[in-house]
Parts: sequence; C-alpha cells; structure tokens
Amino acid sequence: MKDKRLIKRIKGFFDRHSVFFLQLPFLTLFTIFIIIPILVAIGLSFTDFNSIEKPNFVGMDNYVNVLINDAVFMEHALPNTIQFSIIVGVGGYILSFLLAWSLAQITRIPRTIMAVILYLPSMTSGVMLSTVWQVIFAGDKVGYLNSLLLKLDLIQKPIVWLSDSRYLLLIMIVVSLWSSMGVGFLAMLAGILNVNRELYEAAYIDGVKNRFQEIVYVTVPAIRPYMMFGAVMSIVSTFQNGSIGVMLSGANPTPGYAGQLLVTHAEEYAFVRYEMGYGAAISVLVLILVWVISQIAKKLFMDKD
Amino acid sequence: MRRRNRNKIRIIGINPRRFDRSQIKFYIYLLPVVFITALPIIFIFFNAFKPLDELLVYPPKFITTRPTLQNFRNLIATSANKAIPMSRYLFNSLISTLLVVAFTLAITVMAAYCMSKRKYRLKNALFGINEAALMFVPVAVAIPRYIIIYKMGLIDNFLVHVIPLLALPVGLYLVKQFIDDFPDSVVEAARIDGASDYYILRKVIIPNITPALATVAILAFQSSWNSLEASYYYINNEALKSFSFYMTTLTANSGNANGMVGQMTGNTVAGLGIQAAAALIMFIPNLILFVILQSRVMNTMSHSGMK
Repeated sequence: MKDKRLIKRIKGFFDRHSVFFLQLPFLTLFTIFIIIPILVAIGLSFTDFNSIEKPNFVGMDNYVNVLINDAVFMEHALPNTIQFSIIVGVGGYILSFLLAWSLAQITRIPRTIMAVILYLPSMTSGVMLSTVWQVIFAGDKVGYLNSLLLKLDLIQKPIVWLSDSRYLLLIMIVVSLWSSMGVGFLAMLAGILNVNRELYEAAYIDGVKNRFQEIVYVTVPAIRPYMMFGAVMSIVSTFQNGSIGVMLSGANPTPGYAGQLLVTHAEEYAFVRYEMGYGAAISVLVLILVWVISQIAKKLFMDKD
Repeated sequence: MRRRNRNKIRIIGINPRRFDRSQIKFYIYLLPVVFITALPIIFIFFNAFKPLDELLVYPPKFITTRPTLQNFRNLIATSANKAIPMSRYLFNSLISTLLVVAFTLAITVMAAYCMSKRKYRLKNALFGINEAALMFVPVAVAIPRYIIIYKMGLIDNFLVHVIPLLALPVGLYLVKQFIDDFPDSVVEAARIDGASDYYILRKVIIPNITPALATVAILAFQSSWNSLEASYYYINNEALKSFSFYMTTLTANSGNANGMVGQMTGNTVAGLGIQAAAALIMFIPNLILFVILQSRVMNTMSHSGMK
C-alpha cells in the first residue's frame, strides 16, 4: 500500500516537472559539448596555454600576434579561406539553388533519382572523400586525370596534383563544390516544390514575362525561409570542411601552406605545435566570422518584408 | 489579351505531372552535371571490384570487365596477422553508430516537443540559442572539447564515440519545425483527458512525426559513421577505434603516426584495391539508408524554413 503511494508520488513529481525532465538530457549535452567549449575557447584565447604548464593570462597578445606577426595567417590561411569560402560557400549555394530549381521543373521519378545522386557526395566526408579523389588525382601516370592529360598531349609528364602547392587549393575547391549539395540543397528543393501554384499564376497576370523574372519575383521571395536555412547550412559546411586540404595532401601544414585554411591553421597550432592558447584565438576568430556571415545572410533574406 | 495570359500560365512548369517536350532543356544540362557528380563514386565502385593487374594498367581502365572480390579478401587479410582484426573496427563503428542514432532520436524528440508544444519561460530563448547553434562549427572548438573530455575522464572510454555527438542542433531544429505544424488542439484534447506529457509524446506526437525522425536518424548516422574525431584525439587504445579511422591507416599518404598499414599497403597495387574496397564499405550504408528514407527526408525538409 505504502509502496503504491510512493510510486504515485514519484510519478506525480515527474509529471509536474515534465518540461524540465524532457529537456534535461538535450540541454545538458548541448551545454557540455557546445556552449562550454565556446566559452573555454574564448577564455583560452587570452592565455598562453601549451597543454603542459599552467596557463598565464596574456590579454590580447594572441589576437595581436595573429593579426600582426603571423605571416602564415596573413599570407596563406586568411586569403585561402576567403577565396575558398567565396567560391565554395557562395558559388556552391547558388549552384545548389539553380540545380534545385531545375530539378523542380521535371517529373517526379527522374527528379528523385537525380536529387539522390547529387546528394550522395555530401555523405562522403573526410577519409572516404580523399580516397575517392585520390584515384583521380593520383600523382603517377596511372592517375585518371594525369592519364587523360597525357593522352591529349596537354602535359609531358605526370603532375603530382595533391602535393603541388599550385594546384592544391583549386582541387580543394573542386572537391568541396562536388560535395556541397547537402541538406540545404534538399531544403531548397522541398521549398520550391511547395510554392503555391496560384502565386505563379497571379504573378504572370501581374506582368512577369519570363522564367528569370519568375525566379526573382516569385520563387525566391516565396521560399525565403528555406533559402535562409540553406545559407546557414552552406556557411557551416564550408568552414566545417576546412580540413579537406589536410585530408587530400596527407599533411598539416599542407605543402607550401597552399591548402591552409583558418581551421587547419588553428589545428596546426593546437595539435602539432601545442600552442593551444594561440590556436584557440584563431578558433574564436573563425566562430566570429561564421556568425558575422550568417548575420549578413539573414539581413539579405529577412529584411525585405 | 486574356488568351495570351492563359497561354503563359501554361508554361509554369514547377513540379509537372508528366513529361513534356519543354522539359528537355533542363535534361540537357542536368544529365551531364549529375553524371559528373556520380563519376568519382562510379570509379571507386569499379576499383573495388577490379583484379590487381587491372588497377595499375596504363592507360587506366575505368570499367572492369573481370569483377572480383579479391580486394575485399585482401582487406580482411591485411588485418588478419595483427592484434586487432578489421571486424573489430567495424563492430566498434556499428555499435557506436547504433547508440548515437537511438539516443539522438530520443533526446531530440523530447526537447523538441517541449519547445514546440509547451509554454514556459525561457522557451523562446532556448530555441533561439539552438538556432544560433546551427551556425556552430565543431572543428573550431576541438581544443576545449579535448580538455572537457579529458576532465570528464572519457579518454579511452568507448562512450566518447557516442556522447559528444548526441546534441545535434540541426536535428532539434528540424523536429521542432515539424512538430509546430502538428495541431495544438489534438495535444490539448489529450491533456484534458488527463494524459501526461510522456504519454502524449509516445502515443500522439511520435507516431505523427516519423518523417522528421527518419531525417534525424540519417543525420545522426552520418555524423557518427563518418566520424574520426574520437579515434584521433580521445582514444589511444587500438581496440576501441572506429572503422573510419582504420580506413585512414589504409590510405597511402595519410599523415598520422598510425600509418603502419599505410606504409605496408602504401603505393602497392594491392593497397589501391584495398582502399577502394574499404571506401565502398564506408559508403554503402549511407547510400542504402538515404535511398530508403529519401521521401521522408524531403517531407521533413518542406518544414525546414527559418522564420
């Protein structure tokens, strides 16, 4: 009898506080692995932590050094990142919108097949991705690209693509574009398919003349929330894939720093040189950069109402 | 005038029901793009089944005429004379991925339900924080993550494959958006009948949001199955590392210290075939899962807009 009442009381307690208990696991893990790491990164970025000695507070020294004394940062990591993220982030985003729009113009079955194929590369992250592309960019004459160029007499001897500082960034961009049709692409495709037909009909009566105007005046405004989601996904995956150069060339730092991006630059300091404080400062700059770009994207898509 | 407008309306081609000659122009550029996208995957597929003498033949043969399972046998054989067989890595990956998918689904649905259907202080703030966390780039905080995991005593613990991956902001975001479109009145009616939140969640919400669950399952699966972070940074015990890590030891010029196998198989012909076979084993589960669940994923994505 007593047991039953106790169980009932425990159950009642859980029922009354269900909002708390249901969210507890997610919020705990979210705090431990996302919020706290960001705060710790910010904290560490003001110290000279080297993973062995006790960290000393050094104020803004790390940031000052990144921006003034770090030649690799200024000459390689930053310009590479800007080039990489504009082509892969912006270019990949526009490409995924155009492909999504084109796919929406054809019938369901071929559309589904093509959408699945376009999405596949985004599933091949990291090591799988480099294995796949090493077949094509292999440095000997058996490599697919080398043998093709040799056959066409465009080159005399095979090029060691992945260790050559002239080509590494270009190859990283090609590979990243290849794998950029991810969740954001699917979201935009779903958004375009869901646009109310009457909107188009009304727009044509109001004087929209061609498909281009249709995209600009009807499709894009109608799917603005999806465009926003796609933009955020695109920004994040662009920075998240930052270590692709290390994956492809097999070395950090990459040959001649050709494929060095902010993320790999931070990793090099943190896990190769063990200058964790300095690495953390670069990481914080990356997070700020991602946030600023996302805010710009938000401005572009949100404020037009 | 009216007639002309009508004519124009007919060219609206979004989501057509049947094939029309006007669609050919889209195929003209879509087909090559799709073909080029598929090409690297086709290459790796054929490489995995090529006999050894075809792998390094010049000029290279893209498509094999004599498929063989030799590469898969070699893949198993490379690990046979070592302390840890390949199957061990595969087993680790399967178990950790299964745990990640199951627990991610559970904690995501619970939190998303509250943020969508319950009213309480902080609700909008919490979801706002999560929306900001969509922009979170995990690799940028590799250092503090390492320190936290070290302090928690999770180094060399198998659970380190699982726990850091469970909070998935994109997952919460998508499920919450999906539940938002489920009618409040149904939930209210259940509550008036005396149902607890746990009961509503199990009997009312979950059966109605399976597309969103399928999508989160795929995202969680990918994040875990492809993950290298844990094996690289948090686990020193070979026997606890994942299959994706084992693959990096097979790639010829991988820069890690564990590249012993890499040196062995390195640039040899057998190595190329083994890598392709391993890549295919990594890739196939992703492919099958997505193909099966793609219509549910698309259904979920139609709720994904950010307002």
